[in-house]
Amino acid sequence: MSRVTRFAARDPGIAARMAGFIVHLRENGLKLGVGETEVALNALAHVAAADPKETRLALKAVCTSSADDAARFDELFQSYWMNGGRVKARIAPTNDATKREDTRSSLMDEGQSTGKTGKVHSPDGADGEGDTAGDGTGKLVASSLQNLMKKDLRDLVDPQDIAAAEVVARKLAAAIRDRRSRRRKAARKGDQIDFRRVMRRSMASGGEPLHLPRKRRPERPVQITALCDVSGSMSVYARVFLAFLSGLMRADDTTDAYLFHTRLVRVTDALRDDDPLRSLNRLTLLSDGFGGGSKIGENLDQFARTYARRFVTGRSVVIIFSDGYDTATPDAVGDALKRLKRRGCRVIWLNPLKGWAGYEPTSKAMAAALPHLDLFAAANTLETLAALEPELAKI
Amino acid sequence: MNTWQTLQSDLTDQGYIAPDDLAMALHIAVSLNRPLLLEGAAGVGKTEIARALAAVKDAHLIRLQCYEGLDAAHAIYEWNYQRQLLAIRASAERGETGKDVEARIFSEEYLLERPLLQAIRQDEPPVLLIDEIDRADEEFEAYLLEILSDFQVTVPELGTLHAVSKPYVILTANGTRDLSDALRRRCIYAHVDYPDRATELAILDARCPQIEATLAGQIVGFVQALRKEELEKTPGIAEMLDFAAALCGLGINDLNDDPVALQATLGTLLKTRADRAAIPNEVAQRLAGKAA
Repeated sequence: MSRVTRFAARDPGIAARMAGFIVHLRENGLKLGVGETEVALNALAHVAAADPKETRLALKAVCTSSADDAARFDELFQSYWMNGGRVKARIAPTNDATKREDTRSSLMDEGQSTGKTGKVHSPDGADGEGDTAGDGTGKLVASSLQNLMKKDLRDLVDPQDIAAAEVVARKLAAAIRDRRSRRRKAARKGDQIDFRRVMRRSMASGGEPLHLPRKRRPERPVQITALCDVSGSMSVYARVFLAFLSGLMRADDTTDAYLFHTRLVRVTDALRDDDPLRSLNRLTLLSDGFGGGSKIGENLDQFARTYARRFVTGRSVVIIFSDGYDTATPDAVGDALKRLKRRGCRVIWLNPLKGWAGYEPTSKAMAAALPHLDLFAAANTLETLAALEPELAKI
Repeated sequence: MNTWQTLQSDLTDQGYIAPDDLAMALHIAVSLNRPLLLEGAAGVGKTEIARALAAVKDAHLIRLQCYEGLDAAHAIYEWNYQRQLLAIRASAERGETGKDVEARIFSEEYLLERPLLQAIRQDEPPVLLIDEIDRADEEFEAYLLEILSDFQVTVPELGTLHAVSKPYVILTANGTRDLSDALRRRCIYAHVDYPDRATELAILDARCPQIEATLAGQIVGFVQALRKEELEKTPGIAEMLDFAAALCGLGINDLNDDPVALQATLGTLLKTRADRAAIPNEVAQRLAGKAA
């Protein structure tokens, strides 16, 4: 496989090829500007450019800018320079292609079953609220049924939903977030003068207060981390959850978001993109395998081992949106949550199925997860999400 | 010929065993005069490479340790207020005019150079190590961007101070906070991992040449096995070297000979109570047995 790519005879030269390579990397989600092409070319002047290994290492140093990029770079390099003559526009993640084949079949069943039962199980609209809640779900199910087969996220998030979800998300984020610490702490832009320090500092200058140190109550915000299941069985709800996610992201710029199905993808940067269209394009790029099977345990475990180490602390609230239908062993879910809890965070599981009348957490993964959760709540419509506010304020 | 292999072997001479991608990233960063951003877990030798590079280039090492709340006054420059105050009082007695006083107290004589300004004002290019950049806040990152791209510092009272020589800049981060894209894009990037067995053996050999090959193999095997366990703080290279030094000091030649000594020296590798509890004596001996 490692044959050097044969470029067309009319190929204008190394600069154009490098530009092509940069475009190739950009299409695959690496963040590269125009300047990098030049830097990459300059870098090649300092190594033996004829040697593939040296070139690869040099370009890797220039073109990657995070551990994730670095891990993917070799594959991208291979596909552009070493594929024996054919330049692929985009490469699919290697190990997924086969796995998805066998997991999808089982999950399509589940996906359809949720679709079919949509009418039978009306959302558990307690007392007077039945009407509005019913409306909400009816629309969601109808629209998501039509794109059950279509995996393009562009169709799954529309402006009205984002707007509605954003309002709810803002409220929830405010409910979760802690106010402020009670003690005052030295700060550059404090609201009060720290006289004790003023006195001490002025000793050195013969009693003249040269510095006026200040203090304030530091913010101790809770950081929200959201993990959203976008597997086949969840595709009915993916629309509202994605809208909700992007609402959360906009409400607070420390929020972190992930999607998972057969693998885990960090979508924080994509969701935070200022340009909504580009944001969706990036999401679509990231969402290879959207609507496939879900491996909740494996993904949560991977999350606990990698991203959680960087982003989850004792001040975090981890929100998991999932129906708990796992294609892998249920024990893994419990273990992963246990590991996650060890970081001191609080875990909330929002399960759309819980909103249905007579639902019991019978799926094995869900049962394994229950003892580790701080809050297990329904989330099948925006209304039920909004109703969570007082409960979230309590945890 | 100045290639990355020569740099790699120079680093080896300084006792730093750099894997290929790290040596290449460093070579590119040095050749293109760009900052190098190193990311990786604690204890994989990110800070150490700056020392090694300084030794190779025979340059000063200027280190800026970042922390939360680090500001321009501590990183770039600060006026020496106390001296200024004294100067003002002294000049008042001598009857100098206000303009003269002002010109004097805002001259370079009264400027305290902090690491960043110091680094660009050296005659010979130094190695500037900005350690744990992710601990500093985002405002500081913005300051840093100006310096890293233009190598100049603007002091309002003095004007712009240009770099006399461009320092070799190395930034390290271990994921306390996600760095901004702008900073990442300015830098050449390398991710430093825990070394593989061969590299770690070479490191041990370079640092503690008195250790015999069999014991060295056991030490590295043991530490590598330990890294696969679930620990709060995975032991890094420095811990491995401490462990080796401790064993050496106790005069141990075989890890399996003396379980008591193994227990006693585990304190160099496992630094929290939970980790110590996670590796009870039997487990440690089993790991040591496998490593042999």
